[in-house]
Amino acid sequence: MESLRRAWLWFDDRTGLGSALGPVIKHPVPPNSASWFYVFGSATLFAFMLQVATGVALAFMYVPSAGEAYQSLQYITDQTTFGRIVRGMHNWGASAMILLIGVHMVRVYLTASYKFPREMHWISGVVLWALVVIMAFSGQVIRWDQTAVWSTIVASEQAGRIPFIGEWVAQFLIGGETIGGATLSRMFAYHVFIVPALLFIFIGLHLYLVIKNGISEFPKAGKPVDPKTYREEYEALVKKKGIPFWPDAAWRDMVFGFIVITTILVIALIIGPPALGPPPDPSNLDALPVPDWYFVFYFAFLALMPPQMETYLMVFGPLLVGALLFFLPFISNKGERSPLRRPWAIAIVALTIASISGLWAIGISSPWSPHFDAKPLTVEIIGADSGSIYRGGMDFNDKGCLYCHKISGHGGLRGPDLTHIGDRLSSNELTWRIMNGGLNMPGFGGTLTNDELSDLVIFLKSRTKQNQEASSLGGD
Amino acid sequence: MNEKTKTSEDCSRRQFFTHISYTLGGLAALMVGIPIVGSVLAPIVKQPLPIWRPVGELKTFTVGDIVKVSFIDSSPLPWAGITAETAAWLHRKGQEDFTCFSVNCAHLGCPVRWVAGARLFMCPCHGGVYYEDGTVAAGPPPRGLYDYPVRINNGQVEILTSPIPITTV
Repeated sequence: MESLRRAWLWFDDRTGLGSALGPVIKHPVPPNSASWFYVFGSATLFAFMLQVATGVALAFMYVPSAGEAYQSLQYITDQTTFGRIVRGMHNWGASAMILLIGVHMVRVYLTASYKFPREMHWISGVVLWALVVIMAFSGQVIRWDQTAVWSTIVASEQAGRIPFIGEWVAQFLIGGETIGGATLSRMFAYHVFIVPALLFIFIGLHLYLVIKNGISEFPKAGKPVDPKTYREEYEALVKKKGIPFWPDAAWRDMVFGFIVITTILVIALIIGPPALGPPPDPSNLDALPVPDWYFVFYFAFLALMPPQMETYLMVFGPLLVGALLFFLPFISNKGERSPLRRPWAIAIVALTIASISGLWAIGISSPWSPHFDAKPLTVEIIGADSGSIYRGGMDFNDKGCLYCHKISGHGGLRGPDLTHIGDRLSSNELTWRIMNGGLNMPGFGGTLTNDELSDLVIFLKSRTKQNQEASSLGGD
Repeated sequence: MNEKTKTSEDCSRRQFFTHISYTLGGLAALMVGIPIVGSVLAPIVKQPLPIWRPVGELKTFTVGDIVKVSFIDSSPLPWAGITAETAAWLHRKGQEDFTCFSVNCAHLGCPVRWVAGARLFMCPCHGGVYYEDGTVAAGPPPRGLYDYPVRINNGQVEILTSPIPITTV
């Protein structure tokens, strides 16, 4: 130990690192900032460090070539030592970063820590958040399976709606006119070089600002921020009551960071990385590209937005959200910080969480999508094994009705449940609806023969509560 | 520098060094920046020429049927592997009358599927539905399916390779 100590003293004497960094990590912070509410930023940083470490390890094995990346991921997952765990940690670490940076932003917003003199903390944080989102998306793409290919196209199509330059931006994202060899190489460059470099720069700026302006004190109701006096008051506070950041405040960060890292590791061990989808073959159309969980709410938003407004919402919606976040400190950088005196802040957070949760829940079931894998109606459900009702039931299976409508638990969610449609609509109304469509249903007038139409109407007319009860009694 | 020794000559000399440093730095960045940025932007500047790709003999397609055909992009990179493949929906409407639809939904590009029983194209992502002539039947697509130029050449049905259709404003 003595020789180690001497070695450190020699190193510190020659480099001055200890004397330079010591005061920084031990700088005084307000005592009430040493709180469990303040651990999410550092936890995001710990998750980022894990992403860097696992990402570097994956780069030793991953082949960023459009024709071979998929096989290299199979190799990493199934054949290498610990590869499955490393891939799992990288995946769940990404989820942790998205979650933690979101919670950190909510905490900063609710305690109004973005107000004077910490406007640039917030702005650099918003940039970091945007970079994390880009990392999450590009990471999903370089997983390079079927979903990755179609996700790239969906993202490019959205970019295509940008006025004037949309097509260029879209082709820039794809790396040309079509998905191909250049697509993955470019996405890999974004994910591994460009965005991480920007992340390092902005993390450096973010941490520098925390040191420069100090960690914000936990707000007290009735003690507004006055830019004219705030700095003096803050300096007086930390001079009089401040505690050293290390270790008095930082131990909580270390404890929570340990819990985060351990949780990621345990999930990676138990659940492992996400299963690879089918290979990235753009000619395989048997695909249902659903993004990773953190983008599912946006996936739902894209499906539910009114078609007349979708271009504006698709292009200007994210821009507006980004601009509002970016310019928040300029909207209000003084006054009350306590959430107890800022009910609108609480309402905005609650509304945002409710909206995202609601969209997420809908996105998981995707009721607007046809269910191509719906189980066909059985003879028991149809209630006949010959005649018009039977033929109509078979047509219901074969003509695509089943993908969108549910009968007795079988079928999709896009259209109304038709289990008891016979009680609601007459034969004429059913005929009219099938022929002409309407309310987001295509018309089948041009595709069904008269016999098929007649059978289908008779079958649907037989879908009544009474018939279903009789059928279930018969079954018993 | 001490104020006493500061002369207008020193200032202009200092200004000169400042300007020359900025200029040389900027010039070096510009010189190396042009090829660097140019190489990154190349895919949107240098577009490959479309190529007619055969997708099957004429006699293998039945009149009235809509089938998926696969073909290779116009200029696949050597390491593209299966990503060089692409597909289209080919509809033989008459003896020599073909229409070839892009597989990309005009809403956000997801792969539409042909549901033969319903004679509809359906998109799995956001619920876009198209009739067999490619017009919108339901859902959010702002326009019908895009189509590829198609021709018959020496008994082969050929499709002109095209970019992924991007729906613009």
